[in-house]
Amino acid sequence: MSTPTANLEVFPRSVRLVLWLGLAALAAFPFAGSDFYVQMVTRMMILAIFAMSLDLLQGVSGLVSLGHAAYFGLAGYALAFLMPQNEAASLWLTLPLSVLASGLAALVIGFFVVRTHGIYFIMVTMAFAQMVFFLFFDNKALGGSDGLYINFKPTVNLGGWTLMDLDNKKTLYFFTLAAMLLVYGFLRRLLWSPFGRALAGIRVNEHRMRALGFGTFGYKLTAFSLAGALAGLAGYLWGVQTGYINPELMGFHMSAHAIMMVILGGMGNFAGAIVGAFGFEVVLHLFKDLPQVGSVQLGKHWQLWMGSFIVLVVIFAPRGLLGLADRLGRHKGAADE
Amino acid sequence: MKSKGGTCLPFFSALHPMDFPTFLIQLLNSVQYGLLLFMLAAGLTLIFGIMGVVNLAHGSFYMLGAYLAYSLSAQLGSLTLALLVGALLSVGFGLALEWLLFRHFYKRDHLDQVLLTFGLIYIFEELRSMIWGDDVHGVAIPALLGESIPLTANLSYPVYRLFMSAVCVALALGLYLLISKTRLGMKIRAGAFNRDMAEALGINIKLIHAIVFAIGVGLAAVAGMIAAPVSSVYPNMGSQVLIMCFVVVVIGGIGSVRGALISALLVGLVDTFGKVLLPSVSGMLVYMLMAAVLLWKPEGLFKQ
Amino acid sequence: MNSTPTTRRLVLTRSAAVIGAASSGLLLPELAKAQSGKLRVGLMLPYTGTFAQLGVAIENGVRLAINEQGGKLGGREIEYFKVDDESEPSKGIENANKLVQRDKVDVLIGTVHSGVQMGIHKVARDSGVLCLIPNAGVHMATRAQCAPNVFRTSFSNSQPTRALGAAMVAKGHKRAVWITWKYAAGDEAFEGFKEGYLAAGGTIIKELGLPFPNVEFQALLTEIAALKPDAVACFFAGGASAKFMIDYAAAGLKDKIPLYGSGFLTEGMLDAAGPAAEGVMTTLHYGDSIETPRNKAFRLEYAKAYKMQPDVYAVQGYDTGLLLVHGANAVKGDLNNKAVLYKAMETVTIDSPRGKWTMSKSHNPIQDIYLRVVQNKENKVIGVAAKALADSGAGCKMG
Repeated sequence: MSTPTANLEVFPRSVRLVLWLGLAALAAFPFAGSDFYVQMVTRMMILAIFAMSLDLLQGVSGLVSLGHAAYFGLAGYALAFLMPQNEAASLWLTLPLSVLASGLAALVIGFFVVRTHGIYFIMVTMAFAQMVFFLFFDNKALGGSDGLYINFKPTVNLGGWTLMDLDNKKTLYFFTLAAMLLVYGFLRRLLWSPFGRALAGIRVNEHRMRALGFGTFGYKLTAFSLAGALAGLAGYLWGVQTGYINPELMGFHMSAHAIMMVILGGMGNFAGAIVGAFGFEVVLHLFKDLPQVGSVQLGKHWQLWMGSFIVLVVIFAPRGLLGLADRLGRHKGAADE
Repeated sequence: MKSKGGTCLPFFSALHPMDFPTFLIQLLNSVQYGLLLFMLAAGLTLIFGIMGVVNLAHGSFYMLGAYLAYSLSAQLGSLTLALLVGALLSVGFGLALEWLLFRHFYKRDHLDQVLLTFGLIYIFEELRSMIWGDDVHGVAIPALLGESIPLTANLSYPVYRLFMSAVCVALALGLYLLISKTRLGMKIRAGAFNRDMAEALGINIKLIHAIVFAIGVGLAAVAGMIAAPVSSVYPNMGSQVLIMCFVVVVIGGIGSVRGALISALLVGLVDTFGKVLLPSVSGMLVYMLMAAVLLWKPEGLFKQ
Repeated sequence: MNSTPTTRRLVLTRSAAVIGAASSGLLLPELAKAQSGKLRVGLMLPYTGTFAQLGVAIENGVRLAINEQGGKLGGREIEYFKVDDESEPSKGIENANKLVQRDKVDVLIGTVHSGVQMGIHKVARDSGVLCLIPNAGVHMATRAQCAPNVFRTSFSNSQPTRALGAAMVAKGHKRAVWITWKYAAGDEAFEGFKEGYLAAGGTIIKELGLPFPNVEFQALLTEIAALKPDAVACFFAGGASAKFMIDYAAAGLKDKIPLYGSGFLTEGMLDAAGPAAEGVMTTLHYGDSIETPRNKAFRLEYAKAYKMQPDVYAVQGYDTGLLLVHGANAVKGDLNNKAVLYKAMETVTIDSPRGKWTMSKSHNPIQDIYLRVVQNKENKVIGVAAKALADSGAGCKMG
């Protein structure tokens, strides 16, 4: 369904530089920023993981899911159910189980959903996500509309030693950074593996792949489940950081924001998802904190600025911010000839 | 719990006893809701099917219509006049929007359209807030249509809702006649079938697309206008209706106006009877319906 | 590759500049915030979206109260910080942290939506900052999750409906149908109604719920007609309340089956609902027409200051301001003196436009609930449905 846009799978030097600088900045940040900003960047990294998981579906396989947030929220709920009221549970137990829960849900739903195509796929993923949303929203036993608290951060112990104290904001920051880098590395490897190449082929022309003998259903289902599991990792981290899970985390708006982040950054190469997640959040915060000019409270009208920004990006930067960086980099190169 | 008088319908008595008159009234409720959904969905499916544009901002047009009804009827003093003026204004707005933005997106990826229209939702919501404020408003029903027809000892049916359904039916008929019996409709269908060929044959596709888009916007706005007296006018009213609208379009099959009608009536039935018979899952029922339909017919009921 | 050393250097230096600027930009508010001696008041309210009306009313009330009392808190000047909570529960913690961690407010006032309150409450409990709730009635805030630094000046979801039952039975309506949305606030409102109605001798024939935020009431109105109860009791808030009353009247039910509700059904909705609301009886802890000098003076002041009529949300905001002033004065502006501050707030009697009220042990108002009827587009108070009603505070492990 999606036109096979050139997905910037190989990074030009300019983009690589930007990414390395970004990594350096992220590594140094907690030592310069205050608690609030450390938490904010942690949250952005969690959303980056969520965006990368969606990029696997959207950018690489060409499957646009409007219901991806369901798997994000499910892992958070899994953590909420696994965490006892009065003491902390272990990371070794809760993390794999939560990620597995999301992955399994994606597998089950994917089995039904992956047989549709194009706009129908988009709508049916949305339908299933809405069903999951209502399941949790309507049932007090599952927390109901007000959601659930997670009273403790999971413990990370090994043989009596406390490896990490996730209550410490800097520790949680580096833990999330490590997770984000691991997911990024894994997905980049996947992109260039035979499996990843097959997915890209399916995105470009599924009929051709089938004619070549690929069982496209199986490939798409695997990608869907894997993406769901990775979204679950992000959701788990969200639960750890905030300690509060609510049904809206699985809702339409969350899914739509993820799609926007991936498109904003540039699809299909995972770095774009990270850039998009950060970019989206930073721009949103910038607009909301705009000062008062004369009698007009600019920050109050953040929806207008955000909407215009999105529209401008779609019109002028169709391959997202990374695509823009690439274009600028190439112009520079050509000008210096 | 049995109701006095009338026989209990055997099919329902397992779930919930319902006597025949009540059943008929619920049927009427379903049809009326379905027809309103149809008017919204028709615009969306046209834009979708003929130009291939995903428009998430469709709910915003519905909201625009409602707010127009509110401010125009206050200024002009009559809802009917407001309807006419509002319809013209929204068609004009649709033409402007198409010319400015949407026509550059027909050849773009669906994803880009999703992003564009999502940005537009934000913009429209804020503009609405700046122009009309955030209060909840009511729109008065014209006195002529303000009566209710008694159906049972307890229940009456508002004449205005019958009027709404009549408008929806009239528009549906008008749309059908336009598309299948007029030259313009013929050109629209040709352009949807094969744009380049139609253009080569001398049909002004740009104009056709502009007209179809404007009709789509107009339909949504008129739906909002006639629904305003019964739904009242408040912020975010578009987003609730948007998802339902997409569900209807997808179940019916994208681009099929006939499909949108059948599917809207189906959704009306499921929503109405679901609330009464299966209240614990009524929120999910419509989505389950959509999932079931798509798993049976992956391109909707009436694939184009 | 076409890049020359010039290009590489250019990209390198430019990127470094951008990242440097960005990170110092993020740090700027930190650096600019030297201690100024002003007391920081954080307002986290819905400034956009469906509840925007309420957010504005609450803030107006807070400011009016503080300005009336001299515009200072315990002798200190005030600096306001505002965050739009967008009624988005997923961002509750993030937005609350903006005020508590970034802006380092001394008191957090918020919010309207219960889901968002869950997030604020967590931040309040974790940080210990003084938190005043000017609306959200979610039970846990003054029950299982109560905290010494959290005070509510509005109501708990079951309070207004708790008083409804007796009023209905008094009018001879002993068999009722209850209808609301299926979500936490609806469930909690039902809890209050059920307790009060059954205690007064009424019977609930059926409990109807529609999925939130669906507003297609026709199916359930037809159902109500078929059930033939003596009366209907409901809980709806926001734009949907006007629609419900309009649909109820249009279905011919209004004159045959009296409609009752929690007062939110008719607050701020009377213009939108028109004649459909006439005669609807509700219970709430406030009524526009309360005939006391205190209320009349308040309404005059509010209208003068803001060119609009106050409603229950404005009163709740106003009382929040009064409570804050009282507490701040008791500690002469030093909000770190928590023991004295909390004691002062716990033992206060607020002279509110709604009447005098006090704090319960779990920090929720103990207040009179009024019976109102809609007459001529106004909520006319016709009596007191329950005197000094307190929320049970069940599960609160404080005091």
